Amino acid sequence: MYSYPNIEKQQTENITSPLSTPHLQIKNLNVYIDEKHILKNINLEIPNNSITSIIGPSGCGKTTLLKTLNRLLDDSKNIQITGSVLVNGEDIYAKNAEVTHIRKKMGLLSQRPFPLPMSIFDNIAYGPRIHGEHNKKILNQIVENQLKNVGLWEEVKDRLHHYASQLSIGQQQRLCLARGLAVNPEIILGDESTSALDPISTQTIENLLVDLKKDYTIILVTHILRQARRVSDYIAFIYNGEILEFGKTEEVLLHPRNEITQQYVKGFIS
Amino acid sequence: MTNNINSRLRKEKIAKVIMQIAGFCIIGSLFLIVGIILYKGVPYLSWDMITETPKGGFYIGKSGGILNAILGSLYLASAATLLAIIIGIPISIYLNLYIKSDSIISRSAKLMFDVLYGIPSIVYGAIAFSIMIWLGIRASLLGGILTITLLTIPIVVRTVDELIKTIPEDLKNVTKSLGATRWESSLILLKYIKTGLFTAMLLAFGRAIGDVAGVLLTTGFSDNIPKYLDEPAATLPLAIFFQLSSPIPEVQGRAYASALILTCIILIIVICTHILTSKNNKQKI
Ligand SMILES: Nc1ncnc2c1ncn2[C@@H]1O[C@H](COP(=O)(O)OP(=O)(O)OP(=O)(O)O)[C@@H](O)[C@H]1O
Ligand SMILES: [Mg+2]
Repeated sequence: MYSYPNIEKQQTENITSPLSTPHLQIKNLNVYIDEKHILKNINLEIPNNSITSIIGPSGCGKTTLLKTLNRLLDDSKNIQITGSVLVNGEDIYAKNAEVTHIRKKMGLLSQRPFPLPMSIFDNIAYGPRIHGEHNKKILNQIVENQLKNVGLWEEVKDRLHHYASQLSIGQQQRLCLARGLAVNPEIILGDESTSALDPISTQTIENLLVDLKKDYTIILVTHILRQARRVSDYIAFIYNGEILEFGKTEEVLLHPRNEITQQYVKGFIS
Repeated sequence: MTNNINSRLRKEKIAKVIMQIAGFCIIGSLFLIVGIILYKGVPYLSWDMITETPKGGFYIGKSGGILNAILGSLYLASAATLLAIIIGIPISIYLNLYIKSDSIISRSAKLMFDVLYGIPSIVYGAIAFSIMIWLGIRASLLGGILTITLLTIPIVVRTVDELIKTIPEDLKNVTKSLGATRWESSLILLKYIKTGLFTAMLLAFGRAIGDVAGVLLTTGFSDNIPKYLDEPAATLPLAIFFQLSSPIPEVQGRAYASALILTCIILIIVICTHILTSKNNKQKI
């Protein structure tokens, strides 16, 4: 049965077991598309309850990495994935892994908002509904809470049953975040989630993510170094499908060990 | 530089003229067809035509109407369209959303549907007819419905295929990442292409109601309104065909009146679809 996101419970869990296994571990991950080696032997442990930014030049495999974490590449053409991705210690690429269950644990915020073709209310209620929650009162509560969570409640509370596509792009993106949060994920994946937004909406989303990290493990793909600097605790730098550098934000941005990272951070490679 | 601009503008103009000529040709021939049907058919159009079944001697110019064929065609086309939609949409969903759309099964199935799409309906009719003889079934409404369903399934499958291709990859990822099963995702995606589905339905209905060769052998012809599925039934295209081949001017005129009725039915369906789709479009994106 579906249980409503219990933020307090998660917090206490983390306090009582500070050394819990990382939510997300990537081990020897290789991805080939059309025989091309796109991701090369990726090994990463994403720290819990923090924001990890993935940076790197265009085409280096950031989106691909994010999608493999959610098994969204399963249906792509000519793809071969080896290695493992462990969510709470369970390999999501294991033979008997149940894919809908895995995906539910991760909220995805894509580059452009994609509201489902239904009302604002139904967009958020969709996830809980398919996972078995049909109680009207509880659904109302979830929708209200999640909309408040992303700061959208005041703006839309009078038109919950209007089509979601009538919202502005920035509002839609926040709606999509709320929709993702409504299924009570543990991990949030964002792929350049602010690139279609104006500076103010961008800031709203950034602040939200920073707020949310106390309850979620967050991975963001971004092109904007300043954004990575503003929001993230850790940074992974990908170049040509390889992770060249991973560390605390200041370390990677200020004292990169790898030469290519240095050049990228200084703005020589874009 | 200016030369370049001039030649580009000239190309633009030529393209425009070609498009206009093509447009006029199409619209012109449409008017021609409708004009001829109106000119030849209207004088023979009467209330009796659409409210009466053929009386004795109808085909030599005596009184009666083609209600049998109107209802026969409507029953046949509606049932076949409904069945084709019910069967065709799941097939297309399966081929595109359940299994990888580039898998061998999916690709060969699509190739097969392309071939089926291109096979002329007389072949469907002939095959269905031989099966019916083998099973000992006589020409009947049911035989016609099944044959026409087979004929229209490829239309539905291919149209829905094209619709599914227009769904953004990211929208598919949204439902997936919320933990929806393939079936639940499919329902949402169907909602997204809902207006297109009406078009698919329209195409299927148009082909179903206008087909002659498929029903010729399988549905037969009857002067009575079909009451049961195992009775033979008249259809409008066949009614037109029979009347048109008569040497009697009165009967030939009625053929054009029948064509006019068929055209009106299709027009009504088209208008209804348009109203439905535009209503839906306003709600959606
Ligand atoms: N479906 C696909 N088919 C073929 N090649 C692909 C496919 N998806 C990704 N690639 C290739 O994989 C590589 C990595 O792509 P990816 O989208 O992960 O890059 P990215 O780092 O997200 O780039 P950007 O910053 O521009 O979004 C690219 O070279 C791309 O051409
Ligand atoms: Mg990308």
